Amino acid sequence: MSTQLVLLALLMLAVTYPSRAVPLLFPGVERLPTRALLYLRLVGPAVLASLAAANTFVIETPDGTWMPHVGVEAIGVLVCLGLTVWRRNLFLGLIAGVGLVAVARAMGLA
Amino acid sequence: MTHEPAVTHEPAPPMEPDPPSPDQAASSPDVQAARRQLALDTVGIAVSVAGFGLVFGLAARGAGYSPLEASAMSVFAFAGAAQFAAVGYVAAGLPWIPILVLTFVLNARHLLYSASLAPALRGQRRTTRAAMAHVLTDEAFALAAAHFHRLGRVDVTGYWIGAILGVFIPWNVATLAGVLLGGAIPDPTAFGLDVVFPAAMAGLAAGLVTGRRELAAAGSGAALGVLTSLAVGPSVGVIAGGLIGPLIGMVVPAGGLRLPEESDTTAHEIDIDRAMADVLSFGHARDDDPPSRDSP
Repeated sequence: MSTQLVLLALLMLAVTYPSRAVPLLFPGVERLPTRALLYLRLVGPAVLASLAAANTFVIETPDGTWMPHVGVEAIGVLVCLGLTVWRRNLFLGLIAGVGLVAVARAMGLA
Repeated sequence: MTHEPAVTHEPAPPMEPDPPSPDQAASSPDVQAARRQLALDTVGIAVSVAGFGLVFGLAARGAGYSPLEASAMSVFAFAGAAQFAAVGYVAAGLPWIPILVLTFVLNARHLLYSASLAPALRGQRRTTRAAMAHVLTDEAFALAAAHFHRLGRVDVTGYWIGAILGVFIPWNVATLAGVLLGGAIPDPTAFGLDVVFPAAMAGLAAGLVTGRRELAAAGSGAALGVLTSLAVGPSVGVIAGGLIGPLIGMVVPAGGLRLPEESDTTAHEIDIDRAMADVLSFGHARDDDPPSRDSP
């Protein structure tokens, strides 16, 4: 069983824990400039959207280059996104998006 | 996850009057009633956390994590969005240093939760506060803030109920179940499980879009992620989108949408603004104050 990523998990703890602990242990030191706080607030949606888009619309070719791709996976992701926004329920969106892709593949459509 | 008003909060003054002893606190009717409500809230959160932990386990398995590695992520990092993002980074072959930088900025919002709780928890032992910090997630903060507000003072036991029983245990058990279940499925793509990761990322991003700036950051992050990935590969593309997207969002005027936020581990709607206001004000709550919220 691979254990290499256990070290990565510990390092992620090392960079996450201070954000959670420093203000509790040393009150007052957490104050950051408003612009820095705004930037940090916007990192979440940007990183997650970037990951989603790159994993959906970019595929690697056999010769190691990257090319755009629009397939049933993109439809599944967009269905999930639409349901999440509409119903405010990500879990429902995931089930619908993944189910759609599974059905399409089972029917030989993708 | 933060809103504009939350970043302007100053830490609240110390709670007053002093809380009763733990024995007195546990036996008083108001504490028992508040904990009953907390337990109900916690069950709802725990179910959502378990569902999403299962999805994380499946995604981690798809990226090649072993059960031990996936569990280590959930025990040590214990941060939903960052864990999901790390799945994508590892699968894309990203070096660890950028993964750690992105993990730090993704989780920096916890500063605000911690800062909000700090004045109220000042009387607790440092070791207790250090342990509380590790399980301080979106859900734990929201549950604790509502519970403290209902009670009008700090209840450390209540904090542990929400953070450990409501989030930590369900998240870790479900992670393990997901990664083991994923290993038992011979061809995950036949079931569409390869779509779980990008769909979860898209949904989580949508949950964080509460205004025009967040929308601009997400849209530009996605566009930059794709364009840069096509040019130089996803390992660079996702970083470019994640770090430059916020800069574009910052130049957009504030305003627009005002939607409730979702937590990063459960997709459960959490009104962090209100929770912040709760925890900053509970020290001054009067006996006849209504409960801050009925459910998470």
